[in-house]
Amino acid sequence: MAYSTVLGGKKFTFNSVKEVLAKANEEKSGDILAGVAASSDLERIAAKQVLSNMLVRDLRENPVVPYEDDEVTRINQDSIDSAVYDKIRHWTMAELREYILGYKTTENDLRTLSRGLTAETVAGVCKLMTNLDLVYAANKVRVTATCNTTIGCRGTLSTRLQPNHPTDNVEGITASLLEGLSYGCGDALLGLNPVNDTVSSLAEVLKRFDEVKHKYSIPTQICELGHITTQIEAVRRGAPCDMIFQSIAGSQKGNSAFGFSADTVREARQLLRERGTAKGPNVLYFETGQGSELSSDAHYGADQVTMEARCYAFAREFEPFMVNTVVGFIGPEYLYDSKQVIRAGLEDHFMGKLSGIPMGCDCCYTNHMMADQNDIENLSMLLASAGVNYILGVPAGDDIMLNYQTNAYHDSAAIREVLGLRPIKEFELWLEKMGIMENGRLTDRAGDPTIFTGRR
Amino acid sequence: MLDEKLISTIAQEVMRQLQEKGYVILPDKQYEAPLSPSGEIEDITSQSAKAKPLLTDPCDMDSLLRMKKFTNARIGVGKIGARLNTQTMLAMRADHAKARDSVFTDVSPQLLQRMGLVEVQSKCDCKDTYVTRPDLGRKLSDEAVDTIRRSCTANPDVQIFAADGLSSSAIEANLEKLLPILTDGLQAKGLKVGTPFYLRYGRVAAEDHVSEILGAKVVCVLIGERPGLATAESMSAYIVYNAYVGMPEAKRTVVSNIHKDGLPAVEAGAYIVEVIDQILQQKASGVDLRK
Repeated sequence: MAYSTVLGGKKFTFNSVKEVLAKANEEKSGDILAGVAASSDLERIAAKQVLSNMLVRDLRENPVVPYEDDEVTRINQDSIDSAVYDKIRHWTMAELREYILGYKTTENDLRTLSRGLTAETVAGVCKLMTNLDLVYAANKVRVTATCNTTIGCRGTLSTRLQPNHPTDNVEGITASLLEGLSYGCGDALLGLNPVNDTVSSLAEVLKRFDEVKHKYSIPTQICELGHITTQIEAVRRGAPCDMIFQSIAGSQKGNSAFGFSADTVREARQLLRERGTAKGPNVLYFETGQGSELSSDAHYGADQVTMEARCYAFAREFEPFMVNTVVGFIGPEYLYDSKQVIRAGLEDHFMGKLSGIPMGCDCCYTNHMMADQNDIENLSMLLASAGVNYILGVPAGDDIMLNYQTNAYHDSAAIREVLGLRPIKEFELWLEKMGIMENGRLTDRAGDPTIFTGRR
Repeated sequence: MLDEKLISTIAQEVMRQLQEKGYVILPDKQYEAPLSPSGEIEDITSQSAKAKPLLTDPCDMDSLLRMKKFTNARIGVGKIGARLNTQTMLAMRADHAKARDSVFTDVSPQLLQRMGLVEVQSKCDCKDTYVTRPDLGRKLSDEAVDTIRRSCTANPDVQIFAADGLSSSAIEANLEKLLPILTDGLQAKGLKVGTPFYLRYGRVAAEDHVSEILGAKVVCVLIGERPGLATAESMSAYIVYNAYVGMPEAKRTVVSNIHKDGLPAVEAGAYIVEVIDQILQQKASGVDLRK
């Protein structure tokens, strides 16, 4: 079916919902690389105009990957609450946007709405939002989840402490870990990206995390971000583990390029509920990022925002504790510069919230893209204003294993001060007990990793 | 009207009185950067500068020094308010600047001239296209195809070329040391080594195209890796037996981390000779190569 509009005296015609969705995107180098982007600024706005007049049902009935071919589409379509959907199916996308932004719509209304939205609908309404719209709308909703502690409560900003090391040296990892804790980081997670994705290496680091967690009675979660199958095996062999991690994509083909399927995730969740060290019920951790589907040729000619929304639809099925977009990791061929990265970070956070998942963001960049530390400091401030559950923290912003930069340990403390946000309650009490935080601010003593070792 | 001389005298007298009362403290010397023990100005991006904790008065300095020995992460850096202190912030920005310069600066014509390397270009027209269009960086331009057909020996046992990839600093730092050792080593084994050249804006998979054009048994690209903050000078060698366009990535054998603090260029050259020898003997590379 063709969709047409006239804008600025010019006629624009689009041949499918997929094409409208792609061309309605803000400019992204990944969409240009995929050959699906609008060819002019006016065509982009024309696509937005056409999209705003489409009905919610047009988006639901035209998933960008066919139901028969793809388990992500099936999981998404089958999970839709038909009572909610029936109320909104004849709304235009403009009406949906205005419902989300309107004063009369409460947080609970948005939570209910979420159950009637497919990924394509979430992505569609995202494309009709400006950056401030995305902040404003996302800020209306909090999505909480509970593992050992509860993340995402209004008034909190949490951090994943990421103490990576180029050779997985356990003492080196511990040094960065203690440094991070001394800055009040780690209430979302103590989580390592391993170099060696082996069962024994994962088990060794998890054991150390578990020891530190217990020795200092830290109310938090631990996880090691190996491949899901390696983590499953480590837990089977008795490694302590609160949460299992996996990178996910917005199509079954993308997930299979990552080496797993929905069944693997179900297996991990079941295993942790039986043998994990966390209380739960939320025991999974997913990472995403615009462009990953194109990089494995699993995007089915769809744009990267729509494929990203499909990741969240997939994630929602498994009730994770945390999901974050690693927004600037993928490189300039997908997100060219800081403008595109900041836009993508705001889009991903909004879409995650609207999909009903507990959303964080790794505000990051690589050294071959047009961005620097200033840009991701901007993004983290914007996202904290939008009510993001967590950001990352690494020593002075430099991840010496992944060779990219993200937020420094210092940043979450600074942002919390500026915006009046706090860590998760139990964690804040622990920080106060350790003399690291007082009245929501770091103490003089904070930032000294030897406050832990000095007591031995 | 007061003349300038009088104003100057008054100003000097006022300053003198203020200084006497302690309201104004004048610097007694110009700014000088901190000196290292050897008496040179200390580079804040150097390993020795980074090894020193900036955190003043930790609970346990010995323990902090031990921690810093186990990792190059920027720990023990201290804070000012809830922010990084100036040296940590500037060192981090300096390392990032080095990394960016290595991506976006070209390999110098002097190096290529000195080494007598013919220069050709991929289908990318500039660095900007290079970073956004991986597909174009994998193909040689039509002009490049003509040039290497004209100036390179056909059907060699081993065809070596260099490419800037994501770090021209890596090429500047390593190529001149590595290439002669690699070429001599292969020739000493009686192998026919093709004419080396330099490919601007090249991706790894450009070697597949090169292999097809020249009919090489083995192709080896020496390419600059995406820089991290720790080093911007890391180069890798990607080696393939019987490469063709569209072949699986798993057929590449990789020697990575070639830089002065990793695998030094001279040793890497000797090592790659042995790797290529094995590849030719087994007629296989990448996952197909038995170790």
